[in-house]
Parts: sequence; structure tokens; C-alpha cells
Amino acid sequence: MAKLKIIVSATSLFCVRIEWALKLKGLEYELIFEDWSKGKSELLLKSNPAHKKIPVLLDDGVAIAESKVILEYIDEKWKGGDLYPLLPQDPCERAQARFWAQFADDKCLFGTWGACCAEDALEKEKAVEAALESFTYLEKQIEGKKFFAGDKIGYLDLVVGWIPHWLGILEEIGGMKILDAERFPSLHEWAQNFVEIPLIKECLPPRDKLVNRLSLVRSSAPNKP
Amino acid sequence: MADEVILLDFWPSPFGMRARIVLREKGVNFDRREEELLSNKSPLLLETNPVHKKIPTLVHNGNPVCESLIIVQYIDETWGPESPLLPSDPHERARARFWADYVDKKIIPAARTTWGSTGDAQEAAKKEYIEGLKVLEGELGDKAYFGGDRFGYVDVSLIPLYSWFYALETLANFSHEEECPKLVGWAKCCMQRESVAKSLPDQHKVYDFMLEFRKKRQAK
Repeated sequence: MAKLKIIVSATSLFCVRIEWALKLKGLEYELIFEDWSKGKSELLLKSNPAHKKIPVLLDDGVAIAESKVILEYIDEKWKGGDLYPLLPQDPCERAQARFWAQFADDKCLFGTWGACCAEDALEKEKAVEAALESFTYLEKQIEGKKFFAGDKIGYLDLVVGWIPHWLGILEEIGGMKILDAERFPSLHEWAQNFVEIPLIKECLPPRDKLVNRLSLVRSSAPNKP
Repeated sequence: MADEVILLDFWPSPFGMRARIVLREKGVNFDRREEELLSNKSPLLLETNPVHKKIPTLVHNGNPVCESLIIVQYIDETWGPESPLLPSDPHERARARFWADYVDKKIIPAARTTWGSTGDAQEAAKKEYIEGLKVLEGELGDKAYFGGDRFGYVDVSLIPLYSWFYALETLANFSHEEECPKLVGWAKCCMQRESVAKSLPDQHKVYDFMLEFRKKRQAK
């Protein structure tokens, strides 16, 4: 039985980050799926009483919550030798990676979600403008590089890894366009390279499931994708 | 060659206080520059933090580091390895990061709304703020500091709010001592540290600032 388990939902982009990290480290794990139709499980409420949110990593029974905290935990616990590094070694580069990860989540992801959920035309237009501005910063970060971490994927690639598979769906259900290949050529190319990596691809949820789930969340309580 | 360390700062900001505390804990010589945030941001701030244009921004030998918890980790990783703020055990580190993030996500926004608003909005924010502090009090338990015996990362993330206590209590009519006595005890213990005492402004000065800010906003 796997010592590593992750409490997840089938469609959460925050959960898939954790799977990618564990696969990069060559670690075996088990997924425990939340069934939203039954409300939050006892295990989830016990493992993350402060936020009651997924993902939660259970390492031999010890719970770690908040996806970016979990990524750093995985990187620090399994490091050295041949183990795949997620974050760079240099403090300045680490600070940069952490900064852009936070920016991408706060502005690009939540900006996109806000634009997707906006019903009023003017509100949507403003939200899309703001999201486009955020994506412009991200485009500058990837310019001239294959991946955000360099030649190989790293922490920041995992954090923005929702873009290739989730963004198109959010654009569709939200009636908007954000990742235009002409406006963001480097980001567009990165997205295509990223999603072709086998261990990345194999964790992606089926598109139709994602469309259904995101449409439902959007229509009921627009706060988190 | 000596390090050049500049901290772009704003005296009542709890985020700025975090950076001040850690630089002092590590004995780093730094040039603290006060930003006129409400009127006139400096060219250096706009150049080194073009994305957010916010303080604190640390400029180390010309390289900018932004966002207070990222700055705190950067300082911890760059100076004084013999006195780390984050513990060495990965699980304890994750725990520390989780709770510092909790302060950022739950406590500070609620505190801000508590001093910045009135009526129902203030009551709701106050309730959320106090509930959040009680959760933190539970996490502290009977320990001297959040990480155990040593002053560390979570303590740094939260202690700046102590300088807001008088203002919050006066503007929202409650008592921290009554609601979370253990946390007040912990705060007084932290204030014994020179790095903390030097980095936090006087509580009455903070109150005057908030009062002035509220008046100006109501006037608009």
C-alpha cells in the first residue's frame, strides 16, 4: 500500500501539480478522490481543518496542504543525487520562481477565472484586459526559453501547467479569448511542448469531464476553478 | 566587496516589518528607504518592482526581491545559515510555510477590513479576524514560539500585526487580551527581541495613521 496519498478531485488543476511533482521524483502514490456530490469527506476535514480544501498530501499519515507548499515539501524531502530538482539552488533564482508562481496564481489564474465568470459585458471586457496584461508578464518570462525552468521543466512550469489544458476550456465556457498565439507566441509554444511530455499528459483529466465540472462551478459559486 | 542591501519600505506596513525583523535577526546592514506610497512612489521602486509597485522590495546588490514572505525566505537562505528561521525538517518547513500563508490569506485581509471599514462590514471582518487568531492560538498551543523553542518564520509573519492591536481594538471595540490571551503572551515575548522591538512602530502612531487614512477616504 502506498505511503504517499493525495486527497484530490478528478478535475482540479491544483491537484494535478502534485501528481506531476511526485512523478518527476519517481515516487509512487495513491489518489483518494473527493465526491463533491456527498460533501467534503471526514478525511479531508480532518487533514485540512483550516481551509477544508484539496489537494492534501498525506505522507505516512502526516498531512500537508496548499499546493505550492506541497510542491516545496516534495522538493525538499526528496532531493540530491539523481532526484529531479523542482526549484533552482540559487537563492535569487528561487525567489524569482516563487514570485512568478505567486503572480501566475493570483493574477493569471484568478484573473482568467474572474473573466470567465463575469456575466456583464463591460465587466468581462475589463477582466479580460486585466488578464491579458498578466499574461504579457508571463510571456516575457518564457521568451527565449523552452520551459520556465530552462531546458527542462521545473516548479514554475508545474504551477502554470494548467494553461495548456484548462485555459481553452475556461475561454470556451466564458466566451472570451486570452491565449492568442499571435499575441503570446512563446507562451503558446511552451504550452504545446509542456503538454506533450508523457508524465504531464497522462495526468490530464478528460476534456468532457472538465467542461462539465467547470461549467457547474461557474454557474453555482464562482470562486475557485 | 560589501553587500549593498536596500529595503524599500513603508513604516506601518506589516509586510515591511517582516523584512526589517529578519534583516536585523541576521545582523545585515541595510539602507531602509521610506516610500511615499500614498502620493509619490520613487523611481527605484517603480524600476525594481514594476509588476506590483509595492513595498517591501529588497534590492540586494542591484537585484530586486519582491513579496514579503519571498523576501524573508531569500534573506534566510542568503545570510546567517547558523541561525535559520525555517527549521531543517521538511515537514516542519511545510507546516511553517502553511501557517505563514494562512496569516497572509486569512488574518491580514480581515485585519485590514476591520480597521478600514465601519458597520456591518467591520463586524463581519472583525469576526473573521478573531476566529482566525483563535485558530492560530490553537496552533501555537503551549509552545513559546510557533516553531517550538526558537523564534522563526511563522512568528515573523504574524508579529507585525501586534503593532496594529491598539488601533484594531479601539476602532472595532474588542480586546485581544480577552479573545486570545495566549497569543498576546506570545506577542509580548516576541517584543523582547531587539529585532522585533526595533522594527515595529508605536501602536498609537499606527492608530493615528489609520484614523487619518479613514478620514481622508470618507472625505472623498
